[in-house]
Amino acid sequence: MSGRVRVQLRDVAQARSGDKGDLANVAVFAPTDALYRAFLRELTPERVRTHYGRFVRGQVDRYEVPNVRALNFVLHQALDGGAARSLRSDPLGKSYGSLILRMEIEVDEGELEGADVGLRPPR
Amino acid sequence: MLKSVDGSTRRSIRIGAGQGFYGDSVDGALDVARHGDVAYICFDALAELTMAILQKDRFRDPAAGYARDLPAFMSALLPICRERGIRLITNAGGINPVGAAAAVREAARKLGMDDLRIGVVVGDDITSRVDELRALGAALHNLDTGESLDSVRDRVVFGVAYLGCAPVVQALAAGADVVVTGRVADASLFVAPMVHELGWDLASDWDRLAAGVVLGHLMECSAQSTGGNFSGDWWNVPDLDRAGYPVCEMGEDGVALLTKPAGTGGRVSVDTVKEQLLYEVLDPRAYLNPDVVADFTSVQLRDAGPDVVEVSGVRGAPRPPELKAILGYLDGYAGTIAIGYSWPDAVPKARRSAELIGRLVARSGLRPLDVVTELIGVDSTHGSAAPIPDDANEVVLRICARFATEAEAKRFPRLATPLGLNGPPFIGGGVAPQGARALLGVWPSLLPRALVEPGVEVSVEEAAAV
Repeated sequence: MSGRVRVQLRDVAQARSGDKGDLANVAVFAPTDALYRAFLRELTPERVRTHYGRFVRGQVDRYEVPNVRALNFVLHQALDGGAARSLRSDPLGKSYGSLILRMEIEVDEGELEGADVGLRPPR
Repeated sequence: MLKSVDGSTRRSIRIGAGQGFYGDSVDGALDVARHGDVAYICFDALAELTMAILQKDRFRDPAAGYARDLPAFMSALLPICRERGIRLITNAGGINPVGAAAAVREAARKLGMDDLRIGVVVGDDITSRVDELRALGAALHNLDTGESLDSVRDRVVFGVAYLGCAPVVQALAAGADVVVTGRVADASLFVAPMVHELGWDLASDWDRLAAGVVLGHLMECSAQSTGGNFSGDWWNVPDLDRAGYPVCEMGEDGVALLTKPAGTGGRVSVDTVKEQLLYEVLDPRAYLNPDVVADFTSVQLRDAGPDVVEVSGVRGAPRPPELKAILGYLDGYAGTIAIGYSWPDAVPKARRSAELIGRLVARSGLRPLDVVTELIGVDSTHGSAAPIPDDANEVVLRICARFATEAEAKRFPRLATPLGLNGPPFIGGGVAPQGARALLGVWPSLLPRALVEPGVEVSVEEAAAV
């Protein structure tokens, strides 16, 4: 049996966010099938909604996109009314993709097999 | 022609992307024209926010309302595109495609291209038809919240319906070298030349049309599919200062190759492309476009060579019965205060400053409708999920408030200027008051096709004709 470890999504996942009116979408991509299954297990809409805190005033929907090993989260009432009336310094939610990379999930060590973990740019 | 694995050939068309937003550089389009071996270049200048910006332009000048950089794009691109027979399709017409076409005509004449054929598509603008459309049975409820338009009707300043590719196909069939549109859906700009060249049927080829929409979607944000904004090992993506814009070779069967011009920067791989596949997507099984409903979960991406990704397997369902429309309505004015604070204790200083500003506002008689307070460097992008640093090197306090009147929004930042001398110590710049900004709410809705499509008109004329 392999042990359980905590990983931060930044170390294993890709992500991108986009805007549509007052909705934002956040897509998070797993590098392997095993991690995609771990994401399915760990990244519930409820957890994501809590993680985004005050930014999201409505519900969070989750869609599965297995062909690219992604989960697509749709955040409702998440852009302060929409980009053209937002008071925020990031009116389009461009940084929401990076916010999900802060989340930590618990995985089996075996689930990390085959993934490049913790790549970093040169300092 | 594309060569298949079995050695047979099939009909195909090469299309390049020239622009991902209003304000994009023309260099990407020039590289596509010079080195992309394309027959068409499509330009997506519009986004919801852009429509709002263009509406503000039109307030100031009724002749405005289209992307002001359109003439510059045309002057730079027309000489080489004319020489090579590359046709250009752009939605830079914004909320004034007729004015935009006139600007293209002028640019063409200056280049001595009196016979350049310019097509223009109108009929997406529903600004003056809102009450008529409601009387005809289109409720124009808010698509996200279900609210009645009554709550904002008297503040609506523009409205557009998202058109599909049909009018652009019509302009191409009429021989247009350049097609200028208003709110044709982003991806549909790219689908139009596929339909025109490959003979797809708009009433039955759902899988192929869906493949076209997927490719259009992958190309509409310029380098976002070719290495820009890439969240993987971005530091290894070469030469983004000259990022290659996407080029696709679409086959008649709906299988396509996505690549970029030779010699350009960026990267085309399954990893860069898949991020863009889901950009601004809600339900991936039902991506709604005016011409088809595309199933993004059917898309197969495969690395097919250096900087080449094959896109296949796309399935589509019949087009939605209604068109999407967005209305823009006035929603007050924003005033912004920004003050930088340096170490030591930058965060406590910024917080104290915010408190002082709160008291100044209360005494001033100003009545903010909403206030957003951010500590840039601490919580502006990640909010409550971001840990507060022990002793940040610096932080910028930013307070943005919404007011009913422009006068209040202008007065608001002036309240904070005395804090340059009277407030917490060691200011790090940024105290100068910024101008007030008009805020526009965007109201998404649906419209029956029959209320819009009969009014869509296409005309194609030579530059010297008018």
